[in-house]
Amino acid sequence: MEQKYVHIISTIVEHKPGVLYTVSNLFRRRGFNIDNISVGPTEEPGIARMTIMVTGDNRTIEQVIKQLNKLIDVLKVTRLDPENIVTRELALIKVNATSTKARSDIINYADIFRARVVDVCTESLMMEITGTSDKIDAFITLMKPFGIKEVARTGITSLSRGPKSVKIDD
Amino acid sequence: MAKMTGAQALIESLKQEKVDVIFGISGGALLPIHDVLYDSEIRHILARHEQGAAHMADGYARAIGKAGVCMATSGPGATNIVTGLANAYLDSSPVVALTGQVPTYSANTSYMIGRDAFQEADIIGITTPITKYNVQVKHASEVPHAVKSAFYIATSGRPGPTLVDLPKDTQTVKAEMDFSENLQIRGYKPNIDPHPLQIKKAVKLLMKAERPMILAGGGVNLSGASAELLQIAELLMMPVATTFMGKSCFPETHPLSMGNIGMHGTMLANKMILEADVLLAVGTRLQDRSTGTLDGFCPDAKIIHIDVDAAEIGKNVPVEVPIVGDAKPTLSMIYQRLANKIKKSKNNPWIKQVQEAKDKYLSELDLGSGDLTSPKLLKELRKLLPEQAIIATEVGQNQMWAALHFQTIKPRTFISSGGLGTMGFGFPAAIGAKVACPNSPVVDIAGDGSFRMTEQELGTSVTEDIPVVVIVLNNSMLGMVAQWQRLFYQKRYAAVKLGSVPDFAKLAQAYGAEGVHVGSMAEFSSVMKNALKTEVTTVIDVPICPDDDVFPMVPPGKGLKDTVGGL
Ligand SMILES: Cc1ncc(C[n+]2csc(CCOP(=O)(O)OP(=O)(O)O)c2C)c(N)n1
Repeated sequence: MEQKYVHIISTIVEHKPGVLYTVSNLFRRRGFNIDNISVGPTEEPGIARMTIMVTGDNRTIEQVIKQLNKLIDVLKVTRLDPENIVTRELALIKVNATSTKARSDIINYADIFRARVVDVCTESLMMEITGTSDKIDAFITLMKPFGIKEVARTGITSLSRGPKSVKIDD
Repeated sequence: MAKMTGAQALIESLKQEKVDVIFGISGGALLPIHDVLYDSEIRHILARHEQGAAHMADGYARAIGKAGVCMATSGPGATNIVTGLANAYLDSSPVVALTGQVPTYSANTSYMIGRDAFQEADIIGITTPITKYNVQVKHASEVPHAVKSAFYIATSGRPGPTLVDLPKDTQTVKAEMDFSENLQIRGYKPNIDPHPLQIKKAVKLLMKAERPMILAGGGVNLSGASAELLQIAELLMMPVATTFMGKSCFPETHPLSMGNIGMHGTMLANKMILEADVLLAVGTRLQDRSTGTLDGFCPDAKIIHIDVDAAEIGKNVPVEVPIVGDAKPTLSMIYQRLANKIKKSKNNPWIKQVQEAKDKYLSELDLGSGDLTSPKLLKELRKLLPEQAIIATEVGQNQMWAALHFQTIKPRTFISSGGLGTMGFGFPAAIGAKVACPNSPVVDIAGDGSFRMTEQELGTSVTEDIPVVVIVLNNSMLGMVAQWQRLFYQKRYAAVKLGSVPDFAKLAQAYGAEGVHVGSMAEFSSVMKNALKTEVTTVIDVPICPDDDVFPMVPPGKGLKDTVGGL
């Protein structure tokens, strides 16, 4: 068995209805597992970027890329070099905070992680945090003892470092 | 720019694509289209079931190499073509499906799509995994672009089915239509021409080869590369084995022909391919039915793999020289580079070895005992038919016997469901092929189980005047399943006995076709000769022994080296 790695695939697609279905359906049909996916428009009208995280050996990833390339609404597929990218995820986390002690502890942790408190009420706090998925995982672990009420995560988004950008006609 | 309705624009677009025939069944959501079609030159062939219409379009496409068109109404009409599209998808056949859809809005301008309206089915969602491309037209003005894209995508690169879904209001609304577009689809640029460096590597490998062999797949038929294939084979004296889908791309009467490889390949092809030191695999996806288990597949061979679909290369089998390109230009480039460098003699040791193996294989070939066995019938059939005759098959033993024992000579003369293995494909596909090639005899080799799945198309065949011959190899069984139960389930024949109902001759007669039972080879020959002369479809019911097995066979989970004999 070849070693499995986490890969990040950046996919430029037509920004129109059904494209997310087409892409995710391809993964389902071929038995590739999506660890994480995020979609949003790009600077160019009509074009969206999907950032997809997949675990697999090199052959699987090669197939994923080739099969994605075959989809007509997919304009460009690149496997990002993990050594040379910026990866971010956003999470909103709502935790129990009934005592003053809990509140100040949570805010202390939040400061260390550069999370921001975005909503406060008598029983709970909501924080916003961005960073790598690892960092968010770590923050959530820290919050667990307080009692997590809800978590919403966006899924990761990535771009490679440096001046080069992914052009459709490459 | 002209102002016209979506339905008018559709017919105009089809004319531009040189469509001369549509196979389909109408319905409420297609009425505006059928109304325009009524005045057009395009022939509409009314099928009896939409699955039949889709297979007809597929058979048409396979016979002639041009897109086949089928049309179905919204909801059940559209879902009935699903099997046909999946079938075309797995065999890379260019079928363009047109479906009616409920209106995007109803008279009171509220949306109907998405509200589970009468006869609404999400055919775009349903067919996404089984079409190369599909699109729902949202405004009448999009019709020309949608149709043009559907045809271009279906027929270029690696061909495949496409679908255009036409909501009823987009058929009736008038809009400015632009047919002049020079199609640019930014996400679709098929790679036809191979990389010269890879060609160079392939040529180098081929020149050094001592035991080279070709494995030709359906891609050779699809790209029309038979002539180029023959040139290379003869220049290098390379024996040619075909995959199931590749059958007919190389003349099986040629001394270098090894026949098919695979689960029911010839003993010769299955054994010789294991001896090769260089394998030129072209237009094949090296699927499990062809290769058997991969660990034993071509143990000594360096593989050159040519395919127009980059995703096929290295998907199943690791290769030495990957070449992304269409079979025709690629083989032609390889040939040109080799032509002035090399000519292998007929007397090289490898060819001697191959020839000896072939002689031995032919002398040992057992066509079964008795006067009228399926293999013997297929040999006889070859004698009765001209070279360009087209054979379609159903699925099961009938199909494998046809692949093994009916020698094809011209490209595109063997039409069979390889990828999906769709029972009921052969008969409607034969009808489609006959429409494409009215001057060629078309014969469907059927099993009694398969024929029952689309036999109602006898109605189409007779009323539309499309005469084909159906030879039912009748074992009153789902024969291939019974064979597996015989070999691997201690003869526990569960759910395979069909009995001899109906009487196929009478059934044919009920539809106005000819129907005959035959009991001997002499009878078969004379009935067949007549059938080729009559202007109406003939169903020939041939009782065969229900215990007959198709051999050779690679048992499931085994490699080509484990091919077991028999016949
Ligand atoms: C639509 C469909 N249903 C079921 C099968 C599974 N299947 C494969 S072969 C076969 C038996 C075919 O019987 P018949 O058409 O009588 O042909 P024979 O094998 O007897 O020649 C069956 C049921 C299939 N391939 N397609």
